[in-house]
Formats: sequence, C-alpha cells, structure tokens
Amino acid sequence: MPATRIVVPAKANKGDVIEIKTLINHVMETGFRHDNFGKPIPRDIITRFTCTYAGEEVFRMDLFTGVAANPFVAFTTIATETGDLVFEWTDQHNAVTRAQAHIIVT
Amino acid sequence: MQQSLPQDQAAKLSRRSLLAGSLCLLVLPLSGDPAEATPESMAEAMAQALGRDPSIKAGRVKVELPELAENGNSVPLKISVESPMSAADHVKMIYVFSEQNPVANVVRFHLGPRSGAARVRTTIRLAATQRITVVAQMSDGSLWSGGANVVVTQAACFDGT
Repeated sequence: MPATRIVVPAKANKGDVIEIKTLINHVMETGFRHDNFGKPIPRDIITRFTCTYAGEEVFRMDLFTGVAANPFVAFTTIATETGDLVFEWTDQHNAVTRAQAHIIVT
Repeated sequence: MQQSLPQDQAAKLSRRSLLAGSLCLLVLPLSGDPAEATPESMAEAMAQALGRDPSIKAGRVKVELPELAENGNSVPLKISVESPMSAADHVKMIYVFSEQNPVANVVRFHLGPRSGAARVRTTIRLAATQRITVVAQMSDGSLWSGGANVVVTQAACFDGT
C-alpha cells in the first residue's frame, strides 16, 4: 500500500468551505522513459482519485501521465455534517488505495 | 563596409541567407521528438473531450503557474474559476491541456455544488516551455478558458534522459 497524507480540518462550522489536501506516494511512471539498458519502462500511473463525504462523492480527479510523481491535490468542499471523508486512489490496474478522515461539524 | 557593397552583391548575400534560412525551416521540424504533442494533438484532445468545434469563451478561468520552472518534473498549478457554485450554476469539469507534453491531457477535475468554491491545486509535469490551457465546463454546458505561459529550464524526464 502506498503511503498517503491527508490534511482535513478536525472541526468546522456548518456551511464553511473547507480545503482538503491529499498526497500519495506513487512514481507515476510515464511509459516514455527507458532504463539503463534501453528497455522501455512500462507506464504505471494512478488514473482516478475520488473523495466521498458521508457516502456522497464530492470530488473526483482524472490523472494522466502529466501529473507529477507523488500526486498532490488540494480542493474544497462545504462542511455539511459530522462524518467521514473517504479518499480513494485507483491505479491503472484497478488497485485501490483507501484512506479516511473524520470531521466534526457544528 | 556594408553600405559600399554593389547592389548585385548585396542581393546575392540575401539570396544565400534566404536559402540557408529555408533549409533550417525544413530541418528543424524533422529533428523534433515525434513523441511530443503539438498544438494539433492538443486540439485533437480538446475535440475528444469537449466535442468538435466547441464554442469556448475566454475568461472566468484563472491559471497560476510559476513564470519560470527550473524543473519540469513537478510544477505547482493553481486554478480558480469564477462561479457562484450553486446548485443551479456551478463548475462541472475543469480540463487541463498541454501543447508540448507527449500526452495533451494533463489532468481533469470533477466539481459540483458541494465543492463550495472552484479552486484546485496540483503539481504537473512539463516537457518544455509552453502555454497551459485550462477549460472549465459549467453546469449550463458553456465552456470558458484561461491559460498561463511557463518557461521550463529543465524538462520533465519523459524520454529517459
């Protein structure tokens, strides 16, 4: 499982626009490079990232080879209720890395 | 001295430089890496994503990139779109296109009224000095675009160097 890092505010007021930052350790190999023996290095990238908030999808990102290694993304969502934010990164082989965070909304 | 040259000699010189210049024009495109995307392949990617001949208006999209990126492997990209982000009027998609990367599609973001704001940040790869084009699709289907120029001193290692 690749390591992930998530920044979500622990508490927020209902209706606030909060910023979420996530990062996953991943090479994002483009498939355009060659190793020392001239053999092409196969492509290996994360193709999709989603964020669900209390079960509903609030953000999605489609990734291509142009996204830097260790994909980072910062996005916003409205604090609607106390609950879990679930983050899922799906790679080109459909392997899913999951992480989650809890937010208390008052 | 230049001014004292007879007319025909001056004409000869310009003919020669013209010939050399046209040769350079012939050679330069051939020496380029065929894997690199051209503005045409960006147009193709845009047509695939947005449909043929989409009417894209300039404006509402703000793209922030460093003016000079020392390393193309990881360049911070910040996008914001002017939108009320209400249920009736919000940004649905943000497309990022490159005219010089081997793959013209760089990244896409799906937003909605629950985003609260149309603001995203990420890090991208840049194969060369270029202009990055960002297109935002609104909930009413209209398309708006913005872009930013970035000078890359060391390209992303797309090609194994």
